[in-house]
Amino acid sequence: MKKIFQILVMVLFISVSATAQNGYKIGSKATDFSLMGTDGEMHSLKEIEGAKGYIVIFTCNHCPYSVAYEDRIIALQAEYAPKGYSVIAINPNDPELNPGDSYENMRVRAKEKQFNFLYLFDEGQKVYPKYGATKTPHVFLLDAKRKVRYIGAIDDSTEADDVDIKFLANAIDALIANETPSPANTKAIGCGIKAKK
Amino acid sequence: MNFKIGVVLFFMFLSAEGIGQVKTYEKFTEFEQDYLKDLSEDTIYVVNFWATWCAPCVAELPFFEALNTKHKGNNVKVVLVSIDSHKNLESKVIPFLAKKGFQTEVVLLADSKTYKWIDLIDPSWSGAIPITLILSGNERHFYEKDYESLEALEEDVLKIKQ
Repeated sequence: MKKIFQILVMVLFISVSATAQNGYKIGSKATDFSLMGTDGEMHSLKEIEGAKGYIVIFTCNHCPYSVAYEDRIIALQAEYAPKGYSVIAINPNDPELNPGDSYENMRVRAKEKQFNFLYLFDEGQKVYPKYGATKTPHVFLLDAKRKVRYIGAIDDSTEADDVDIKFLANAIDALIANETPSPANTKAIGCGIKAKK
Repeated sequence: MNFKIGVVLFFMFLSAEGIGQVKTYEKFTEFEQDYLKDLSEDTIYVVNFWATWCAPCVAELPFFEALNTKHKGNNVKVVLVSIDSHKNLESKVIPFLAKKGFQTEVVLLADSKTYKWIDLIDPSWSGAIPITLILSGNERHFYEKDYESLEALEEDVLKIKQ
């Protein structure tokens, strides 16, 4: 009986860890990629010179939460790119399911808002499942070795006027100070990433 | 103010009121108290979270409306919780509901500190919508998925009594 129980526990444990492996956790080594940007060029993390880390943000055009965060992402890039932490925004959606998220519309939006950060298209939706992004916006903060150090929200409020805690900025400041971001995981409501069923 | 515009605005106001009240919660704890706590064991509560901007949410709303129409005599209570921004209540949520003509109760949950209440809905929730809670007494089932038919929704509703 005891043995059966042990096996049961093991099976449970294996199934739990199997489901938990959908995407990166804190400490995972993140993959690099080569994706088309709104500037018409291919971009990867390794090409960013002098990078001390990377602010990878899955975001898009159509989602009102993504739109609500555009100005805050521009401000993050302005503040942290000179310190070695650049924003790399990636649109993970399938434009067939959401025409507003097409590459052409990304270019339009990037121009309209004068994005000061890379805005890349996850063509074929190959990158977001590796990271385990589930919604937009969804942030993965990586250190210089592409180790995942923070996952989650940009801050604590979808309304810019109500922000009290800047989770992402605090996490970057922690990395700059050689400290461990805390909290390292946060959650926010976002738009589910669209993929064909 | 121009008299004509005043009259038009007055009737717009009246018709917006006529659609049915959309009660607004600025604090999750107050919403939780009213809809997720101290629930009767004799009733099944179906609480769907949606937003006007969320296409899969909008697509499944008719199944919740149909559920409400079909089962309201059977102790099934359906509530549609919009998480649209408060500033979009008049401009988007109310016109949307007027167009759809839903009879199901709708409330607006406008607590923008979502990180504080996501785990209180369910720790496994990623933060994407739609989601549905099916509750009865102290039982609570959480579904992070979109429904493709009334039958699929009814199947999950019945599970809570098994």
